[in-house]
Amino acid sequence: MSETAAASAEMHHTSTGLPNRKLLMWAFIGSECMLFGSLIITYLVYRGRSIVGPYPEELLNIPFITVTTFVLLMSSLTMVLALAAVQRNDMRQGKLWLLMTALLGLVFLSGQVYEFSHFVHEGLGLTTNLFGASFFLLTGTHGAHVFVGVIWLTTLFVLAVRGKLTSANAETVEITGLYWHFVDVVWIVLFTIIYLLV
Amino acid sequence: MSVTEASHDTAGMTAVHEGTYSGGLWSWVTTVDHKRIGIMYAVFAFFFFLVGGLEALLIRIQLGSPESTLIDPDLYNQLFTMHGTTMVFLAVMPLSAAFFNFMVPLQIGARDVAFPRLNAFSLWVFVFGAFFLNSSFLFGGAPDAGWFGYANLTSTQYSPGVRIDFWVLGLQILGVSSIAAALNFIVTIINLRAPGMSLMRMPLFTWMTFVTSFLLILAFPAITVGLVLLMFDRTFGTAFFNPAAGGDVLLWQHLFWIFGHPEVYILLLPGLGIISEVIPTFSRKPLFGYPFVVYSGILIAFLGFGVWAHHMFAVGLGPIGNTVFSATTMLIAIPTGVKIFNWIATMWGGSLRLKTPLYFAVGFIAMFIIGGLSGVMHSSAAADLQQTDSYFVVAHIHYVLFGGVIFALFSGIYYWFPKITGKMLSERIGKAHFWLMLIAFNLTFFPQHYLGMHGMPRRTFTYQEGLGFEAMNLMSTIGSLVLGFSILIFLWNVLHSLRKGESAGPDPWGGATLEWAIASPPPHYNFRVEPAVHSRDPLWSEGGLDVDVNDPAAPEPHMPSPSLWPCILAFGLVVVAIGAVAKTLPVVLAGAGVVVVAIYGWAFQPLER
Amino acid sequence: MRHPWRPLKSALPIFAIVALTGLLSGCGGPFPQSALRPASDFATSLDDLFRGIFFWAVIVFVLVEGALLVAVFRFRDREGKRDVKHVHGNTILEISWTLAPALILVLIAVPTIRTIWEVDRPTTDPDALLIEAVGRQWWWEFRYPEFGIVTANEIHVPVGRTIDIRLTSADVIHSFWFPRAGGKRDVIPGHENQLWFKMDSVGVFPGQCAEFCGMSHALMKMEMVSESAEDFEAWVALQQQPALGTGDTAPPAEPQEVGAGEEMPEPRADPLDAELRAVLDAGNQAFLGSGCIACHRIEGTVAAGVLGPDLTHVGSRRKIAAGILDNTPENMANWLRDPSALKPGSLMPTLNLDEDTIRTLVAYLESLK
Repeated sequence: MSETAAASAEMHHTSTGLPNRKLLMWAFIGSECMLFGSLIITYLVYRGRSIVGPYPEELLNIPFITVTTFVLLMSSLTMVLALAAVQRNDMRQGKLWLLMTALLGLVFLSGQVYEFSHFVHEGLGLTTNLFGASFFLLTGTHGAHVFVGVIWLTTLFVLAVRGKLTSANAETVEITGLYWHFVDVVWIVLFTIIYLLV
Repeated sequence: MSVTEASHDTAGMTAVHEGTYSGGLWSWVTTVDHKRIGIMYAVFAFFFFLVGGLEALLIRIQLGSPESTLIDPDLYNQLFTMHGTTMVFLAVMPLSAAFFNFMVPLQIGARDVAFPRLNAFSLWVFVFGAFFLNSSFLFGGAPDAGWFGYANLTSTQYSPGVRIDFWVLGLQILGVSSIAAALNFIVTIINLRAPGMSLMRMPLFTWMTFVTSFLLILAFPAITVGLVLLMFDRTFGTAFFNPAAGGDVLLWQHLFWIFGHPEVYILLLPGLGIISEVIPTFSRKPLFGYPFVVYSGILIAFLGFGVWAHHMFAVGLGPIGNTVFSATTMLIAIPTGVKIFNWIATMWGGSLRLKTPLYFAVGFIAMFIIGGLSGVMHSSAAADLQQTDSYFVVAHIHYVLFGGVIFALFSGIYYWFPKITGKMLSERIGKAHFWLMLIAFNLTFFPQHYLGMHGMPRRTFTYQEGLGFEAMNLMSTIGSLVLGFSILIFLWNVLHSLRKGESAGPDPWGGATLEWAIASPPPHYNFRVEPAVHSRDPLWSEGGLDVDVNDPAAPEPHMPSPSLWPCILAFGLVVVAIGAVAKTLPVVLAGAGVVVVAIYGWAFQPLER
Repeated sequence: MRHPWRPLKSALPIFAIVALTGLLSGCGGPFPQSALRPASDFATSLDDLFRGIFFWAVIVFVLVEGALLVAVFRFRDREGKRDVKHVHGNTILEISWTLAPALILVLIAVPTIRTIWEVDRPTTDPDALLIEAVGRQWWWEFRYPEFGIVTANEIHVPVGRTIDIRLTSADVIHSFWFPRAGGKRDVIPGHENQLWFKMDSVGVFPGQCAEFCGMSHALMKMEMVSESAEDFEAWVALQQQPALGTGDTAPPAEPQEVGAGEEMPEPRADPLDAELRAVLDAGNQAFLGSGCIACHRIEGTVAAGVLGPDLTHVGSRRKIAAGILDNTPENMANWLRDPSALKPGSLMPTLNLDEDTIRTLVAYLESLK
């Protein structure tokens, strides 16, 4: 976001002291909890109710997903490092960690793509059974959120490379971080429900 | 302490500010001013109110006689579906949004909402979404499976064609609009209040807007997911709601009503907020039991998430489920009653100026009591086995939504019209509107209680002779025609008053809240000088406001610049929807492209230029 | 300082509205499908519960609307403004008017919960008659497993015996509702629901689908014939017979060859008169030839379709097309000519039959008592 806009946003005092955009992100996250909650309920309702296979226990590869989960978790760490760097105006580190976060997110997504294509190869498509439908919808929605995050982070990286991102934009990076951490937490829940509770 | 006429410094507000609404079409399309956005919401909402009303009149004319062949069942099913969908999503919600938009920043002493461009975006998404949904009439027929669209009637097997696709996509678009607006108002109300305005000093209307906004962001995701599941079933052939493949049609009902019940409180609470402002103003007394009215609003919202299956008492939830939901539904009657008693107590001992806003407010309370009582009858799961899906429910919902919400919204219109336009609505015509509407409304809907108990199911395009339904249906039909006429009287009042109405001045009613401290209509920056408050009724406090909020000596505040990006982004979303309905991938991608470009354009455009 | 009341005549508009709507609403009747005329234990339970709730609703209505009207009339503005005391609240009052409604709700909740647990659990009556109801767009199929009967749209029950109905759908959600027999229960594909009741009087009771199920939802009706045990048994016995003209009423077998020395057996007489036999034969032919057997069953003939109503005894039903038409030859003919005209969206195709065929079929079907 441009410096001028960021600066003018900071000029307006707020009743709570919290910046408007940060509050907006928190409220949005609240709404997203209900969204993922409804998708998770759908998944749970249909657990064990597929009439034909393949079934989860046949397909879910916990070791593999554990690795991709770890990658996503690490991306949250790099996000924290990115924010800290930007806040102290160390834009070299800022660029590095922003890029790393985006790349780790991309690695996670590649893992998802690999897993999805493997499942399809094994006979589980979107319309094969209820497991396929609810699994792909739930993890696909999450993946779409990660994808949006990756685009967002890449945009910030590009801005930083162009010298347009400084500590004056720390709030923007923080809000990006909020979104990114939320997406990560959702994944923890999904990982638990889909993979660990199979 | 007695009420003295609030003394305002009128030095800065001699004439109607011509700057507020001037400018051509372009200035309206690119505006990010909450007041203009509010007016546009109101105009479109009222247009769709008339559309939904026309649909209702056609329904009533068809039902005026038994086995009428005037309207065939195919058209009838589209009419009742669109009547419900239009009134809920395209009339009442946007009309409430119009009030949120115009009044909330004024009431909290702010110059605009927290995110002016997001605000414009919400408006345009609503407008494009509304026309998208209604365009279905021209492209194969409007949705025809009811506003609640139960699976598996909505599957491609039983609803081939694109009608339901229009419904699914249209509602998702409207959901985006509502969630964006709600997020905006949450941040606005939390963060942009004038110094000294703690939460418990906020005007009640702002409070109810606040609570409604939380309901919106937490309830809409449930229907979004339901609609996505249905969309996947229809587009890709998944089996979410296909019993033959293990799917459960009841999942749809649960998801829909987990949204749908909070939705009715989304419809209601803003109206309750309006009444809570109108009654004190016209009683010349502060609201009785302000904290209790606030807490009961919060409690209603909270409990509203726990009653949804009372719409499902006949599906066979079992005795435990039915007992629990009966209990929670009865519970919600308590905070609702508390509000009613506090309003009556506000009037008690007051000095009631019998002006049109108060007429509608009292009419609201009277009708809402009836609607609430029939609601209590529904809350008993066993008794409801006779009432549900019959005209008894139709009577109940119209008593709370028309006799309730619509009357409250008219009260708000008569109350705030002077502030918005600078003109007074005619009292004479207003009172005629009120009486005609009250009588016609009761004539239309009271007989429907009987029709329901005597066995007439709802959503039926006709009924046979010999069941005893003729007389009451005829009565209801006549009532509906008169009701339609009463709306025309209101329209006449608006047009007549805009041309020849008395000039309003800043505070025609002697109101207590901040919006009455500035000119009518307000200057585009609302308050020249930011107010500070020390009480709930700042304009009624001793000496009025501390500062002159209209001081012409103060520098003119710089406001956000207009922007076209919100409109473009909204347009992009609708193009995606059009591509989806037409099952044309290139159009979907084109729309997505517009969306991406618009997001970047918006993000990189400074708010103030 | 108390202000004197204005004469009641200024309250006239309000009284007029109330009286008018109240009185006019009772117009019409008799009401053969009314929930307020219970004819079973189930319906009576619900009616008693409703009246109890209604009683409290009337009391609350009178008190609260009364308070509202009193407030409006007593405190309306007189000439000039008068000093108004700013009262901000009263905690005792708040507590009272929170507890009072809560108390009334308890008085409503207790009988509610009692009734829920009475009607929402399966019947424990060992003598209950089990009937299966299947909702379809836009007609009802009824099966009596105990008797091996399948019929459509007209359900017969013995008065005074518990009827245990199992409900499911073959397509979309419908709802089974005979208001005078009790509350409704949704009929849901993939689920089995149940309800039970015991009729307390003899008669014919109309019912209707009560969940929007598509084009002809309004035309998906049914009738319940509640009759004495003897009449019910007679009906069962009749339904258990195959169609007229088959089984016991089949034509006599062809005469057989006899061996030398054996006597020709006495030719059996046709149990049916020649005219009726001709109608049945011609009708059966037409039935086969018109494609009806694709969807309909007539027990005892080769027609064994299951997509449409069982027609074995269609002639004895009071109504056709799921309760919307009296069972007369004229209506039957109109139906055969163009089902969609009478029931839009009907899954029965328009067969484009010529008038002769229609006449033959109508005579046949009306004979199938």
